[in-house]
Amino acid sequence: MKYRFGMKSAILAMSAFCALNFSVNTMAAEPVVDSIHFLIPGGAGGGWDGTARGTGEALTKSGLVKKASYENMSGGGGGKAIGYLIENAKSNEGTLMVNSTPIVIRSLTKVFPQNFRDLTMVAGTIGDYAAFIVGKDSKYKTFNDVITNFKANPRKIAIGGGSVPGGMDHLVAAMAFEAAGEDPTKVKYIAYDAGGKAMAALLSGEVAVVSTGLSEAIALADAGEVRILATTASERVPAAPNAKTLKEQGVNAEFVNWRGFFAAPNLPDAKRKQYISALEAMYATPEWETVRARNGWVNIYNAGDDFTAFLEKQEKIIGDLMRKLGFL
Amino acid sequence: MLEGLLIGLSTALSFKMLLMVVGGCLIGTFIGMLPGLGPMSIIAIMIPVAISVGDPTAALILLAGVYYGAIFGGSTSSILINAPGVAGTVATSFDGYPMARAGKAGKALTVAAIASFCGGTVGAILLMGFAPALASVALLFHSAEYFALMVVGLSAIAAFAGNGQVSKALAMTLMGLMLATIGESALFNMPRFTYGVMNLQSGIGFITLAMAMFALPEAIFLILDPSRSKSQSEQQNEIKDLRISKKEAKTIAPVIGRQSVLGFLIGVLPGAGATIASFLGYAVERNLSTKDDQKEFGNGSIKGLAAPETANNAACTGSFVPLLTLGIPGSGTTAILLGALVALNVTPGPRLMVDQPEIFWSVIVSMYIGNIVLLILNLPLIPYIAKILTVPRTYLIPFILFFTLMGVYIGQNNAVELLILIVLGILATIFRMASYPLAPLLIGFILGPMLENNFSRSVQLYDGVGFLWERPMTGALLIIAVFLVLLPSLRLWISNWKEKRKFVADGD
Repeated sequence: MKYRFGMKSAILAMSAFCALNFSVNTMAAEPVVDSIHFLIPGGAGGGWDGTARGTGEALTKSGLVKKASYENMSGGGGGKAIGYLIENAKSNEGTLMVNSTPIVIRSLTKVFPQNFRDLTMVAGTIGDYAAFIVGKDSKYKTFNDVITNFKANPRKIAIGGGSVPGGMDHLVAAMAFEAAGEDPTKVKYIAYDAGGKAMAALLSGEVAVVSTGLSEAIALADAGEVRILATTASERVPAAPNAKTLKEQGVNAEFVNWRGFFAAPNLPDAKRKQYISALEAMYATPEWETVRARNGWVNIYNAGDDFTAFLEKQEKIIGDLMRKLGFL
Repeated sequence: MLEGLLIGLSTALSFKMLLMVVGGCLIGTFIGMLPGLGPMSIIAIMIPVAISVGDPTAALILLAGVYYGAIFGGSTSSILINAPGVAGTVATSFDGYPMARAGKAGKALTVAAIASFCGGTVGAILLMGFAPALASVALLFHSAEYFALMVVGLSAIAAFAGNGQVSKALAMTLMGLMLATIGESALFNMPRFTYGVMNLQSGIGFITLAMAMFALPEAIFLILDPSRSKSQSEQQNEIKDLRISKKEAKTIAPVIGRQSVLGFLIGVLPGAGATIASFLGYAVERNLSTKDDQKEFGNGSIKGLAAPETANNAACTGSFVPLLTLGIPGSGTTAILLGALVALNVTPGPRLMVDQPEIFWSVIVSMYIGNIVLLILNLPLIPYIAKILTVPRTYLIPFILFFTLMGVYIGQNNAVELLILIVLGILATIFRMASYPLAPLLIGFILGPMLENNFSRSVQLYDGVGFLWERPMTGALLIIAVFLVLLPSLRLWISNWKEKRKFVADGD
């Protein structure tokens, strides 16, 4: 999963750099929060790093936040930073930790002992839908073609992805097949150690379908090497108007890979509201639009209690699926 | 093609573009010398600068310069202080460092510069001529073939088993393979062998292990054994002995020729890359050389240095083939470059050559220019770089320790990595005292995950091990691996047999 955003880490690193350069703010708006310390549970240049630094850049440049600082704390697949935030909650009221869908998956598999409920949920800010792609000459024209062939012989269809078995790409595939009325445990999922490797396997014919992030899929479809069979969005995405959703094809499955922010446990409610209003105001600023467009992010905003409800729903769906697949 | 080359030349030869290449090469070389900052991180650092340049061609030329500079700089730390900062330069230290210790640091750096130059230039020529054709060949490789290729790569350990240390080298390889299984792998949902230690969940980092195996024991040995630091006369030697003799040039010319092509072909494969290319290059050249030359390998052989250096540079160029023709990043570095291209509104893929030929061709031309500029910049600098080793040991040891510790800390910002480094470093020192070779351990560690992942993917795809005989290319590669391992014994047997014949003939 850590590779999912690997292809974009370049652009993310760029935002990191800009954030360093332009910390002098322009005071365009009334500051909502004085300062935010961003805690990044992974190394420099990764997806989490880019999200935190990009958000910090938009917040400070637009004047919504006076000062932003950043700290990378890698270790334990993100667990170290979570543990740190919980243990030092009192002194970390000014800290926002960035995280994403893996926090749900990893606390289910007990990779780290904590759970997102142990933290204060602030907001989900951006996201990416998932997509199923095939090579340009593939015999599959729709997602239902895949299902029809799967019915005939499930061992014959290999589905590739850039995450571990039980990771995001696998879960999305299992979810779609289950929604189409098939047995998700029969899905032959082949894991690759990066999205690019899964793509090479698709073009070489080693796998028939690849489950991946939509923004990555759009870039490849534009290059003309692959076709998008289906997306997991609830309706068609403007960036790929020809890519049908699963729902349109009669498969009732949706999935968003979100990224968002958490604060220390027992954060005063007033402080939480401040953070939420700063993030909310950020969407309307041109500074955010610059950062967002540069990184190809999709605005998927979920704040406060909606965020909590969203996470709980996602946890239930993923948990049920993982139990069925035998990962829990 | 000629027309394209002219478009490329006319864009790349302007003053601004040359400035970009020179600047990129310089920045890349100097940052690349720091262990811990490989081409991937340096390019990531430089991308914002490149994008602020605005013009995609100029940005790409700058990045290509940084890339080449970083690769070249990376071999410098391998050669001078035995601290390979990226996996691709591990094989460089096998013979580069012994050369530097023997007072031939200047020569070693010169050989590395020339080998890099040739590998990169031949790679660029091949890229220009055969990119689309090679892309389709690369797609013939499935996981099964990659597995077999890794087995061939592992046969490089035979190079260390030559002096009657077969069992030691094998034991160290096994240990490397075992260390590689620690933490989360690409194919398993749960971390393995972490014993509940959270900091082991992401596994042992390559840089941590490389520093622990090579650089740290070296520093400890320098402290324990004062005679290892060189006398004044030898120090003089380092700077004077820069030129390569005619005989040496003749020795390395065929090596460079072969490895430029082989390295490039391996680099084209999206699942292989520079590391495999350098190990294979080392193994192949060792097996091809005569018995006397073989003894030199690992003790400062000029061939053993030229082979991996050529191969890894050629492979880096080769990795541009799937990137530019298919839009697939075959390595971490090209993945980052792809990100940069997308940010510059350039979509790599089969249409790039048609839609934006000026970009495709200026990248190729910038490869030539980058290689030439690097050679021109670096050859005069070598005496000064080599001077690092003439620093008295009271200063040199802290210097090595500082770069070792910094290299390990810098990527992850995680102080626990330092503890892991020290524990492994002490272990490595003990191994060295017992004269166990450490390189096989690192080779096992690097190849282990690729070996395991490709094997289990193939088993999954074929519902068993049927791929071993169902796929002819897999079988062929495995036979080559067996042959490479057996070659030394085979040679011995043949020469014994010849001796006997001669004896019989004389007796007649």
